[in-house]
Amino acid sequence: MTAPLKRWWPLALLLALTAAPYSALPLPGLLDGPLGSPGSLQLIALCLLYGGLATGYDLLLGRTGLLSFGHALYFATGLYATDLAMLDLDLDLVPAAVFGTACSTVLALALGSVSLRVTGIGFSMVTLAFAQAGAILVQRNPGGRTGGEEGRSAPAQHLPDALVGIQNTANLYWIALAYLVLTLAVVHWTTSSPTGRVWAGIRENERRVEVLGLRPYGFKLLAFTVSGTLAGAGGVVHLLLTGGATPQAAGSDATLALLVMVVLGGSGTRWGPLLGGVLYTWAAHRLGDLANSATVADLPPVLRVPLSQPLFLLGTLFVAVVYLLPGGLAKLPARLRAGRAPAAAAPATALPEGAA
Amino acid sequence: MSTVVLLACTGLGLGALYFLVASGLSLVFGLMDVLNFAHGALLSVGAYAAWWAATDGHLGFWLAVAFGTVVGTAASVLLELVLIRPLYARPRDQILATVGVGLALPALLMGIWGSDARPFPQPAALSGTVDLLGATVPVNRFVLVAAALAVLLLLRLFLARTRYGLIVRAGVEDRAMVTALGIDVRRAFTLVFAIGGAAASLGGALAGLYFGSVNPSQGTGLLVFAFVVVVMGGTGSVTGAAVASVGVGLVQQFANYAAVPGLGAAGLGDLSVVVLLAVLLLVKPRGLTGRLA
Amino acid sequence: MSLLTVRDLRVVIDGLHILHGVELDVAATGVTALLGRNGAGKTTTVKAVMGLVPRTGAITFDGADITGLPTHRVVRRGIGYAPEDRGVFAHLSVAENLRLAERDPNPAYDLVFELFPELKQRHRQPAGTLSGGQQQMVAIARTLLNGNRLVIADEPTKGLAPKIVTEVADVLARAAASVPVLLVEQNLALVRRIAGRCAVLADGRTAHQGDAGALLADADAARRLLGVGTHHATPGGDSR
Repeated sequence: MTAPLKRWWPLALLLALTAAPYSALPLPGLLDGPLGSPGSLQLIALCLLYGGLATGYDLLLGRTGLLSFGHALYFATGLYATDLAMLDLDLDLVPAAVFGTACSTVLALALGSVSLRVTGIGFSMVTLAFAQAGAILVQRNPGGRTGGEEGRSAPAQHLPDALVGIQNTANLYWIALAYLVLTLAVVHWTTSSPTGRVWAGIRENERRVEVLGLRPYGFKLLAFTVSGTLAGAGGVVHLLLTGGATPQAAGSDATLALLVMVVLGGSGTRWGPLLGGVLYTWAAHRLGDLANSATVADLPPVLRVPLSQPLFLLGTLFVAVVYLLPGGLAKLPARLRAGRAPAAAAPATALPEGAA
Repeated sequence: MSTVVLLACTGLGLGALYFLVASGLSLVFGLMDVLNFAHGALLSVGAYAAWWAATDGHLGFWLAVAFGTVVGTAASVLLELVLIRPLYARPRDQILATVGVGLALPALLMGIWGSDARPFPQPAALSGTVDLLGATVPVNRFVLVAAALAVLLLLRLFLARTRYGLIVRAGVEDRAMVTALGIDVRRAFTLVFAIGGAAASLGGALAGLYFGSVNPSQGTGLLVFAFVVVVMGGTGSVTGAAVASVGVGLVQQFANYAAVPGLGAAGLGDLSVVVLLAVLLLVKPRGLTGRLA
Repeated sequence: MSLLTVRDLRVVIDGLHILHGVELDVAATGVTALLGRNGAGKTTTVKAVMGLVPRTGAITFDGADITGLPTHRVVRRGIGYAPEDRGVFAHLSVAENLRLAERDPNPAYDLVFELFPELKQRHRQPAGTLSGGQQQMVAIARTLLNGNRLVIADEPTKGLAPKIVTEVADVLARAAASVPVLLVEQNLALVRRIAGRCAVLADGRTAHQGDAGALLADADAARRLLGVGTHHATPGGDSR
C-alpha cells in the first residue's frame, strides 16, 4: 500500500459511505437489496450506529481499562428520555434530543461517581446492578410512561418530515454516519489529549498514576461521563432509526453485545471497535434471517437448534475470538505478518501461575 | 401480622435462592478473581436438567433435583477445565469467556426447549401450605431455606475442617503465596468451580419449585442479584454471602409490598436493592467484610 | 559447585524492564547474601527464581533447569521461600499457616517449636494479630518444616526491632548449618556476621559477586556498590 493511500483511506471510505445512498450496486450475500435500497441502508445505518456505540464504549474498556457492565443504561436513557420528551413534554426533536443526551450525561456523572468508589471487578458489578435497576424500571412501566414490554413509538408529529417514511431512509443513514464520525472524532481527540494519556496510564497501572500525584478518580469519572454521553447520543440515533424505544435497549444483553463487539474488533485500537460493531450487527441480522429461513427449518435438530439461535452462535464466536484472537480482528494483520516472518519467535516466557 | 410473616418467609426463601447462587460465585471470585458470568447459566442448566428428569425422565422430585445438581456440577467443572484453565495468564479474558458462555448456554436451552416457561412438576408434599402465626405460607419457601442452611453448614465444615478448605481460605487472601508453599492451587480452582456449580444448579432445581416453572433466562436474572449479594457480603466470604442474601431477599419482598403511587409496586423491591447497594458502597466502599479488592 | 545458578535472568513487568541480565550463584553450604540498593532488583530476582513473575534466562537448581516450572513445582524441588512481606495469611491461625506449608510426611514441628517456642503458645491465634517479628517467625518456620535443600529469605529483618533482628539472625545462622540459605538483606552488619558469599545487584544487573566479608571490608567497593559506608551499617547485628 502506498503511503498516501494508507493515510487517506479513512477519508476515501467516508466519501464512499456518504455516497452509498446514490449507488445501486448489488452486494449479493452481504445485503439483500442493492446498496442504495432502503432495506440495505437501514441495515448499514444500524451497523454504523453500533460501530459508533462500540467505539464510545471502548473509551472505557480499551482506553481507560474500566470494565463497565452497565453501558446500556446510558444508551437507553438517551433513547427513552428523547422519546418521552417528545411524547409527554411535547418537545420537538432537536430540543428533545438535547434533553435526552443531557439526561445520559447527568446520569453517567451521578452513577459514575458512586460506581467508581469501588475499583476492579467491584466496579463492574456495581455498574451492572445500576443498569439492571434501569432495565427493571423500564420494563415495569412506571405510570405508563415507558410502555413496558411494548415500548413506545416516536411521535411522527414531532419529527421533521425529512426523517419520516421509508423514502427518507437515506437521511437517517446520514445521521447514523454523522454519529459515527462524531464518536470517532471525540474518542480520537480525547485519547490524544493530555487527559487521554492519563487514561492510558490508568489502564496500564493505576498506582503509577497515583505516584505521579494525580487522582485517577476524576479522570475515570470524566471518561465514564464522556462515554455515557456518547451512548446517550447513540440512543437518539437509535430512536430515529427504529422509530421507537423498546426495553431490549436497556437489558444487560445490550451491554454484553457492546462488549462482544469491542473484543471482537479489538479493544483499545482506533478502528477495532468500529469494525467489531459493524460485523456483529451485520452478523446478528444475517443470522436472524438464517434462523428463520426454510433451509434451517429442514435441517436435523442437531444443526437446526444451534443455527436457529443467533445468540448461541455469537456467544460461541465470542469465546473463540477470546481464545484464538487475543486483541481482536484489528490485531489479525499484525499476527499474520508475525506468523509469516520466519524465526521471529519471542523467547519462551514462563508465566507465573496464581499471580496476576 | 400475617402479612409480615408471609413476606418474611417469602423473603427468606428468595434469600435462600440468592445464597445458593452467590455462595459459589463469591468463592470462585474470592479465590480466582474470576467474575463468572456463566454462573447464572449453570443455574439454568441445573433447572432444565431437573425439569427434564422429572418430566421426560419420570424421576421422583428429589431424584430429579439430584440429577439436576449432578449435571450442573459437571457443566461447571467442564467450564473450568476447558475454558477457564487455559486463560490463567489473562484474567480479563477469563471473564470475557464466561460472558460468551453466559450468552450461548441460555440461547441453547431456548433453542432446544423454546423461550416459554415450562411448568415444573410439584410434588404433592411440597406444593401445600403451612399455617404459621396466622399466615398461610407455601411449603416450598421452607424447602429452599432448609437447602440453603444445609449448603451453608456443609460449606463451613468444608472450609474449616478440610485441607482443601484451608487452601481455599488461604487462596482468597493471597493466591500467589499458596503456590509459593508448594501447593498446586489449580486443583482448588476446579474444586470451587464444582462446589459453586453444585450450589447454583441445586438452586436452579429448587427455583423451579419456588417459581413453579423454568425458563431459559431465569438464571441470568437471578445472577444480577447474586452479584449484589457478593459485593455486599464481601468476596470469598460464605458467611457474608449468607447474611447479605437474607438482607437482600427481605428488603426486596417488603419493598415490593409497600407500593408507591406512580411506580408499579413490583419494581420497587428490585430498585431498593440497588439503592441499598449504592448506599452501602458510599458508606463502606470495600463491602461488609472489607475484603473486596 | 553452586546449588542454584542464575544466568542472564530478565524480567519485564507491565512493559517495564526490571531485570536485564542477573547472574547469581548460590553456594551449596552456608549463607549467600543478595545485596543492592533499594530498587536494584533483589526481590524481583528472588520472585523470578520462584516463578512468581514472568522471566527469561536460565535458572538451574541442583543441576536441573527450573526456568519454566510453575511456582509450586519449584517449591517441591526443595526450595523454601519466606517473601519480603512475610506472606502470612492474616485470617488463618498460626497452626493453619504452618499446616498449609506441610509437604513432608513428618514435618519438623519439633525443630520449629524449639526455635520459636512462642509459635507453640500462640498456635490458635490469627496470624494477622501477631507482631511483625512473630509473623516473620511464622514465615521462616514454614520454610523449616520441610526438608528443604535451599531456603530463600527476602529481607527477614525489615522493620523489626533490634532485639528481634538478633533473634532472627540467630535462627538463620542455625538453619544455615544444615541447609544453604539465600538471604536478601539491607542490614550489612547481619550480612557480615552470617553470610559467606554475596552477590550485589545494581539497576537490574549483577554488579559484583564474591566473598561477603571481603566486600564489606573494602570501604570503597562497599560505598560504590551499595551506596553506604560499612561503618554506617544499621545496628541490630552489631548490638550483641
